[in-house]
Amino acid sequence: MTYLAKPKLHHPDLPKNALGLTRRDYEGTISTLCAGCGHDSISAAIIQACWELAVQPHRVAKLSGIGCSSKTPTYFLDKSHGFNSVHGRMPSVLTGANLANRELLYLGVSGDGDSASIGLGQFAHSMRRGVNMTYIVENNGVYGLTKGQFSATADRGSKSKRGAVNTDEGIDLACLAMQLGASYVARSFSGDKHQLVPLIKGALTHPGAAFIDVVSPCVAFNNHEGSTRSYDYVRHHNEAVNSLDVITMHKEITAEYPPGSLQEVRQHDGSVLRLRKLADDYDSSSRIAAMSYVQSHYARGEIVTGLLYVEPDAIDLHEHLGTTMRPLNELGDKELCPGSAALAQFNASLR
Amino acid sequence: MKTLQATNDFVIKFANVNGSGSASANTLFAKSIARMGVPVSPRNIFPSNIQGLPTWYEVRVCEAGWNARRGGADLMVAMNPQTWEKDVAEVTPGGYLFYDSTRPMPAGKFRDDILVIGMPLTEICNATYTDPRQRQLFKNIIYVGALAALLGIELAEVEKLIGEQYKGKEKLLEPNVKALRMGHEYALAKLPCPLGLQVQRADKVGDKVFLEGNNAAALGAVFGGATVCAWYPITPSSSMAEAFAKHCRKYRMDKETGKNNFAIVQAEDELASIGMVIGAAWNGARAFTCTSGPGISLMSEFIGLAYFAEIPATLVNVQRAGPSTGMPTRTQQSDVLLCAFASHGDTKHPILFPQDAKEAFEFTADALDIADRLQTPVFVLTDLDIGMNERLCDPLTWDDARTYDRGKVLTKEQLDAGARFGRYLDVDDDGITYRTYPGTHPSRGSFFTRGTSRDRYARYTEEGTAYVDNMQRLLRKFETAKHFMPKPVVRPAAKPSRYGAIYYGSTAPAMEEALALFEADGIHLDALRVRAFPFQDAVIDFVNDHDHVFVVEQNRDGQLRTLLVTEGALDPARLGAVLHYDGTPITARFIHGDIAKRLSALQVTPLRRTVAGGASGE
Ligand SMILES: Cc1ncc(C[n+]2csc(CCOP(=O)(O)OP(=O)(O)O)c2C)c(N)n1
Ligand code: SF4
Ligand SMILES: [Mg+2]
Repeated sequence: MTYLAKPKLHHPDLPKNALGLTRRDYEGTISTLCAGCGHDSISAAIIQACWELAVQPHRVAKLSGIGCSSKTPTYFLDKSHGFNSVHGRMPSVLTGANLANRELLYLGVSGDGDSASIGLGQFAHSMRRGVNMTYIVENNGVYGLTKGQFSATADRGSKSKRGAVNTDEGIDLACLAMQLGASYVARSFSGDKHQLVPLIKGALTHPGAAFIDVVSPCVAFNNHEGSTRSYDYVRHHNEAVNSLDVITMHKEITAEYPPGSLQEVRQHDGSVLRLRKLADDYDSSSRIAAMSYVQSHYARGEIVTGLLYVEPDAIDLHEHLGTTMRPLNELGDKELCPGSAALAQFNASLR
Repeated sequence: MKTLQATNDFVIKFANVNGSGSASANTLFAKSIARMGVPVSPRNIFPSNIQGLPTWYEVRVCEAGWNARRGGADLMVAMNPQTWEKDVAEVTPGGYLFYDSTRPMPAGKFRDDILVIGMPLTEICNATYTDPRQRQLFKNIIYVGALAALLGIELAEVEKLIGEQYKGKEKLLEPNVKALRMGHEYALAKLPCPLGLQVQRADKVGDKVFLEGNNAAALGAVFGGATVCAWYPITPSSSMAEAFAKHCRKYRMDKETGKNNFAIVQAEDELASIGMVIGAAWNGARAFTCTSGPGISLMSEFIGLAYFAEIPATLVNVQRAGPSTGMPTRTQQSDVLLCAFASHGDTKHPILFPQDAKEAFEFTADALDIADRLQTPVFVLTDLDIGMNERLCDPLTWDDARTYDRGKVLTKEQLDAGARFGRYLDVDDDGITYRTYPGTHPSRGSFFTRGTSRDRYARYTEEGTAYVDNMQRLLRKFETAKHFMPKPVVRPAAKPSRYGAIYYGSTAPAMEEALALFEADGIHLDALRVRAFPFQDAVIDFVNDHDHVFVVEQNRDGQLRTLLVTEGALDPARLGAVLHYDGTPITARFIHGDIAKRLSALQVTPLRRTVAGGASGE
């Protein structure tokens, strides 16, 4: 099947963002995923976040691995270059792309099988390196595309559709990301657009490795009784610790909040992450406190969501490497080739 | 006893303990001979087995200029007690053994058909130096001084080299020169100078440079415009990435900002290295990785993606002896088929086969152009013998008028001007299609890159016809590749011959020497050096123009021969496999012996009779 292009009839009244673009300008082709799949809601949230931020669509590079989740980059931002790479290896491709041009926004989309099973190594190392990116895992606890086998994030004790019980410990990618040095770590639920959209916006504006674990139910294989990734289960166990508002430079600050419950985090690019606490004892500025909170609540069967950790002064891979500010892919012969005179000197040193 | 007598034509082998500082002393020794105008070719032999940490350094002194390994050792400098027995046994009858006689050796430990030269090196050092590290380091320089006296190497040349090495570090210079002279004086006074083996000033080196393949390839990557390097350490390729870093620090720092016009990442494994290379190249940077066989095995899935999605990538494979971990510090040419067909499904990849450091430089720079031009992974296949040994070769050259060939990339201006863009649309009929870099244009030229089948406009499809159309175009592109690859080098024999030999890569020096031996025998053998895959017509024609062609290579299965047979649809009976694969570099003696034997067999029953049905052998 070739892809289905969406009809692009623009309604004249559709709201426009700072670039004069409507939400439709951020869409992709029609999704071929199962109706009700959580992944489609995440695509919608990505579209909404990019539109609200007035990101130039063609300045985004969207990359993914293999899986239902990894298919989704075709369903948003069709003005962006996309790259559906190989299973579990999106992080390395994204890292290389980022090295080549530090000026684009990098959006990596992956699944729990893609990132926690086959690709755990690449996931970990891209976090360690502090690649400036937004990395979203659409976490359904199973391999959707290969028909419902448990993935490595499936909780111990959770039941498959056929009744098998998972006996392996589940990997919490958000905790892992915090431990490995990601500088923006969040968790959300595909069914909670109000929470998810700002979290994606925050990640896109964050100048370092930003990771979002989005619980995203698979209606075909993991939405039954006994699953810990079903819509029902997540709704009943979701424990949001804060709510986020992302204020970009060109947006006025309007909302009013009761004093004391607010925390503002100013990022390199001038954007402000305005966090409203929902859990009094939650501290998103401490990696260790965050990890401990998330884990102790997990032990009680709760899924902690929200902006779990943020480090405003993040340093990215380019800063570590001391790369020039100009995109490497713009450098030409003049900057790159030492030329024959240098070569003559080199020869002379070898005699 | 009759001792060996030879001038400017002998092999000296150093048996050392790794980490004892012998490497720089041995290089100094070899270079000083080159400074006297006498060609030398040194080789490092360093087993992966670390017990006793043995390393050997074999120097062939050869006025005729043959760079291949000769085999045998006419003078053994035995500095490692752990390998003593093996080292002593290896000396050519009538040859020489130089050793540290501080601790007396029982008579049974020597041979009576060689001349044994003992020098109490440790004793001399202990008497002169108190610091243990100095005792060790200067011991090496002292033996270089002694060998200079024994072999007739001009001390002034050695001193000049030391002077250059420690320029600006005068504190180190003086004691080194002192140690050198100490050894020299001792030998003149107490050892049987001169030996039968002598170095005599000649003029056979000219402006040649002494260069290691990995270092050269790394510089080729700098000159060729690589900005991204991702790699994972593996012998014998690691020194290429390290040299790239060194060259970049020298040539690629922005003068004003001090920032780097390059990015090097030591990845977590080879999957990640090739992934980064592909990501960077997809995004318009020139990128490469360097590795060895096991790394290519790991990279295979990604190589197929880059082939099918058509993304440039340059891979330098410094081959070692496989399969598996094999003999990781020994040389082989056994990844030819692996690289030619890496990954699942129908894939084929261009390969360049440099013969030495100079070509390693040139071909690595070329490969970056070719990869961009063809939008596909391109391999540069060297090996440990080329990569990790300094060899005399012609000075490197670069044409300043040369510009990078970035291939078919549409710019914003071209897109604005209405250029028709189909990512996999073959508008020029050469199999190569146009691409765009991400971020180029707000509304035109974006496309989705994927490893799944797609139509000419990069839209996902499982239509058989679209798939076949695309696979056929990839074949056309592979045909086009031949124009961009280095051409084979033909060396006709003095007289027309029915016999030919094909060789490539690090086999070249031994083959050239073997050809000279055949010429001296009056045996005529045409030769062709393959420098690239896919094979140009000239390669296939060469086989067709001869009754029998020997394919000389360093692997068990005759991998290039297999490739010739399948790609050229050639009769395997006409291609003889001359194979050397014990991990040591191939020698002229071996090639000459093996081919001579087969030639005489062929001449008894000329092959043409069986193949062509009746033509008589003359
Ligand atoms: C090397 C390799 N092994 C196996 C597969 C088959 N495969 C495709 S997708 C997938 C799992 C995807 O799971 P996940 O990342 O969780 O994505 P989901 O479909 O659940 O969104 C597997 C095992 C493959 N494509 N490549
Ligand atoms: S199988 Fe599951 S993950 Fe895949 S599209 Fe259907 S619901 Fe979504
Ligand atoms: Mg999944």
